[in-house]
Amino acid sequence: MMETIKHHVSDDLLMAYATGNLAEGFSIAVAAHVSMCDHCRSMLESFNALGGALMEQYTNITVADCAFSKTLERINACQSVSQPEKKLKSDFPEPLSDYVGHSLVDIKWQPLGMGVKQAVLETSEDATARLLYIPAGAEMPDHSHRGLELTLVLEGAFADENDYFAKGDVEIADGSTNHTPVAMDGKPCICLAVTEAPLKFRKMFHRLIQPLIRI
Amino acid sequence: MIPLNTQSCHADGSLLGEVCVTNDKSARPNGEYQSVTSENGIDVARWANELELVRREKSIEAFERLFNHFAPKVKGFLMKSGTDNAMAEECVQEVMATVWHKAYLFDPTRASAATWIFTIARNKKIDALRKQKRPEPEDLGWGPEHEPDQEDVIGLQQETERLGQAIANLPTKQRQLLERAYFSDMSHSEIAAATGLPLGTIKSRIRLALDRLRHAMK
Repeated sequence: MMETIKHHVSDDLLMAYATGNLAEGFSIAVAAHVSMCDHCRSMLESFNALGGALMEQYTNITVADCAFSKTLERINACQSVSQPEKKLKSDFPEPLSDYVGHSLVDIKWQPLGMGVKQAVLETSEDATARLLYIPAGAEMPDHSHRGLELTLVLEGAFADENDYFAKGDVEIADGSTNHTPVAMDGKPCICLAVTEAPLKFRKMFHRLIQPLIRI
Repeated sequence: MIPLNTQSCHADGSLLGEVCVTNDKSARPNGEYQSVTSENGIDVARWANELELVRREKSIEAFERLFNHFAPKVKGFLMKSGTDNAMAEECVQEVMATVWHKAYLFDPTRASAATWIFTIARNKKIDALRKQKRPEPEDLGWGPEHEPDQEDVIGLQQETERLGQAIANLPTKQRQLLERAYFSDMSHSEIAAATGLPLGTIKSRIRLALDRLRHAMK
């Protein structure tokens, strides 16, 4: 656990994650932050408790007579999964490792210029999650989009005019945030940055191609 | 292998398996944690005990009692979320099979059985309805010798019952808002702060349990 985390995920986002209404890309950032932060973990588990209480008290629909025996058949068909897996040593929080592997060295970076690199994660299309590598002293690239943007620091630190974000910290910004974050402390900064999908572009694309393909 | 002891619903009505489990009342938990059913039927300790029996002894009897209580609730949750009957039945079986297989992950100092099963059902819903992966936080598994602190278990159970009462006491409109947030896709920013529920006390409880767990793992 890291006691030094100062910038947390908001309660809105934790609740959206608890209810299952958060896009996959943002969910990776929330799950990764929670893995590092007991403060947010306890809040998330409280939102889960609310879901558990609602489910137990306010939903009830009779299941088919054979549901129990069918469940036992399923259990018997799949006996090998009940042992805890041994955890691999990883450069990343576990939920992120599921997407990018365990080693920083193996990341397939794509250069963005000025030494800045990115690696886009494969997720559902409603949000885009990417790893960013920013060399010491360099500026973060302008990856601002309309809408919500989460940046989780994985290694190093960055700072803008107002604040300083170290390992485990999350910066929550919307489209109107105007700033130029810089990698601090003479070290490169590695972040997970998640942005909402640029829906406006997609709509325009459809408008442009519609007359051509007559849909 | 678990003996299949219930009547199957195969078209020929044949019975699967040969072992017949009788309703052995002595196998019931004898109140390891004091079990008191509160006014609105919430009995957190009882279901924690049943899950504990599944975890420790692979008790099918305990699993069946859990199934009878929670399977209809999981189905209700899934159908309110928009699945049809056939998909809900399918998912209920998968959820409850996961409960059996993953019982070793249940931590009674940090969640009630209902909460834990809700998280499994929610993940199943995301998988089934949205075809999306669900990234989950790193697990804080128990070490092999770590036993849950009884004080934390009881504290969490009391707070969970308080939460259940507080939900029951909410004005109907507010409760329906919460149900919409949890059972269907809805923006939550408008309700996150507006409920007045004792989430803070639960949070403190879980935080305390986490601190002890971290301490024990050192």
